[in-house]
Amino acid sequence: MMSLIFGREGEEFEVKAIEGGRSVILRLQEMGIYPGVKLRIISSSNGPIIIALGNTRIALGRGIASKIVVKEMN
Amino acid sequence: MENSGILMTKKLRVALIGNPNSGKSTIFNALTGGNAHVGNWPGVTVEKKEGRFKYKDFDVIVTDLPGTYSLTSYSIDERIARDFIVKELPDVVVCITDATNLARNLYLLILLRELGVNTILNLNMSDMIEGKIEINIEKMEELLGIPVVMTSGIKNIGIKDLKEAIISVKNIKPEPLKINYGTDIEETIKHIEQQLGKLSSPYNKRFIILSILQEDPQIINEVKNEGFEKVIESAQIKASQLEKEFGFDLETEIIEKRYGFIQSILKQCTKRLISVEEKLTISDKIDKIVTNKYLGILIFALFMWITFQLTFKIGGIFADYIDQFFTWLGEIVRSIKISHIFSSLIVDGVIGGIGSVFVFLPNILVLFLFLSFLEDVGYMARAAFVMDKIMHAIGLPGRSFISMILGFGCNVPAIMSARTIPEEKDRLLTILINPFMSCTARLPVYIMFTSVFFVKNQGLILLSLYALGIIVAILSAKLFRVTIPSLKGKISPLVMELPPYRLPTIKGILIHTWERSREFLKKAGTIIFLGVIVVWLLSFFPQSYEYGSEGTLIGRLGHILSPLLKPAGFGFWQAGVALIFGIIAKEIVVGTFGTLFGGEENLPNIIPRLFTPLSAFSFMVMSLLYIPCIATIGVIYRETGSIKWTLFSLTYSIIVGYLTAILFYQIGLLFI
Repeated sequence: MMSLIFGREGEEFEVKAIEGGRSVILRLQEMGIYPGVKLRIISSSNGPIIIALGNTRIALGRGIASKIVVKEMN
Repeated sequence: MENSGILMTKKLRVALIGNPNSGKSTIFNALTGGNAHVGNWPGVTVEKKEGRFKYKDFDVIVTDLPGTYSLTSYSIDERIARDFIVKELPDVVVCITDATNLARNLYLLILLRELGVNTILNLNMSDMIEGKIEINIEKMEELLGIPVVMTSGIKNIGIKDLKEAIISVKNIKPEPLKINYGTDIEETIKHIEQQLGKLSSPYNKRFIILSILQEDPQIINEVKNEGFEKVIESAQIKASQLEKEFGFDLETEIIEKRYGFIQSILKQCTKRLISVEEKLTISDKIDKIVTNKYLGILIFALFMWITFQLTFKIGGIFADYIDQFFTWLGEIVRSIKISHIFSSLIVDGVIGGIGSVFVFLPNILVLFLFLSFLEDVGYMARAAFVMDKIMHAIGLPGRSFISMILGFGCNVPAIMSARTIPEEKDRLLTILINPFMSCTARLPVYIMFTSVFFVKNQGLILLSLYALGIIVAILSAKLFRVTIPSLKGKISPLVMELPPYRLPTIKGILIHTWERSREFLKKAGTIIFLGVIVVWLLSFFPQSYEYGSEGTLIGRLGHILSPLLKPAGFGFWQAGVALIFGIIAKEIVVGTFGTLFGGEENLPNIIPRLFTPLSAFSFMVMSLLYIPCIATIGVIYRETGSIKWTLFSLTYSIIVGYLTAILFYQIGLLFI
């Protein structure tokens, strides 16, 4: 298990937990990011990250991305 | 032609709700034919759109609610949507969803069903799922208990079915949805339900209790105000007990159960037709380039540069025609034999004043055309993404950058573009600092003075003025963030959906362009008109003096101001008058000097006699910062919906302009 920001482009993950306060959890859940959901990293650099959630693309600031705890999927 | 008398048409009120990027505006336009009345929700900067359509013997009013993902009370958009549904009680709520992304889009529908609202599920973007996902509509209608209509807003498919569903559902009151939240939570709900007596709240009890458990501040407050404080307290104690015992956060649990319910419905109603090979789509490939750390900024700069060049080249051509038109109009009126007062009122006042602002219109139209294109194609979200880190350092979200760039063209559409910024605080901040971005109307003032005093360094001086504007904007943003309570707080973190790139329809772009430009004309136009009349009154009376000369009211006002302007280096009445006229539209400053000194040709001779290079610079600084033009003031009022913030903006910029001009002049004196 690791923080999303350590993931590499093209890798797939399952969200395990969100480590943040209520507003962070809510915002992410509203976008469809919550424990159990599978996502893929499209682009990751020193700044914001772009992930794919099914057909949707979501841009996440680094700060909030770091609060998403994920597990690598093989 | 309809043969319906007044008695035959029945009225219906419909609200449209849905996630951002679900194609809600396209559906709104398809239903109402683009005849929308656009305003603000009272007291806030959120846009409110209303339209209507006639179908069979119904007259339907459609209200477009802000795009939201949920109905908590956390963001202003959600509060507005929720309040409208629950307090205005529309007859039907249409929940518009992106059929390619149902898992998340249905969350909002579930909330509406829990609220017990009369809902229709609209599966939009059906053109995108063809051949990829199969949806069993009848099964879905059965499981959800409401009509489900499939549409493709962009291809105009299914709109009639939607209208049919709207008129046929209005009399049905569906049972509120009850999701099983697990024994522990259900028991807690029952327990609280028994304790709560009759509530005057418009929400149903179950929804209220769920909201209490999710610590929704607005609902908790309402319940407390009805005397149930003890119940709230015990509910909160019970909630923390549960959280400790089972190790889960109640709110997260509730949301997860809702998603679980959605998943089970989707399993029964949808089928993927092709194997989901998560390949990179074309959108992703484009994004790799467009959102690249370095290339992304270059590409953004390129797009903005192209947009501006085209705006001012094309806009400029038409602007000249409009200018000529108004001049011609003025001459015609002058030649008509009517009373002197009336003639002056129309020619000097109305035509002169309004004409110089209408000259903006081509620029605004073209600018909005390009921006609407960039937005509809999906690029703007990427631009906000690319600029986010830089803007963060200033204390603003990435989207503000676009608004600031627009300000270099004209502050009016720039401030209007702040509408797309999700958080209210960020929106307000962006609006407040925008007037410091040096718009094109200030350019004639700079050019006039630099061609007299700074011929060799014209470019450098111009650049320094633009830079000064940016610096003041940035510093003001930081200042406001730190000192003003309602603007305090961290910048909202970037969590933004990047919609797939799509080829926009020409109709769509034109509708968006017209919507924005029309607003400039309507509202800003009324304030400009009033301002123009006031300035005309001051310049015309007393009649014994020539229009705008020393003896008139405005000349006297200039005289009163002159001692105040002395520390900034231009303490003579003509400067005061020019600055007052500049409030209508900043380029009028040059024309005013021309009028006061007997013709613009005389200016190169007279200016050096009244100004020094230093005082010319401080005058330009004053022109840059001192007060937004009246069109901008009008738009600030319109976008903030608040007199308080508008007055604040005026006062702040006058003070900043005044003090900065004095600062430059006085410090400059020390060196010269």
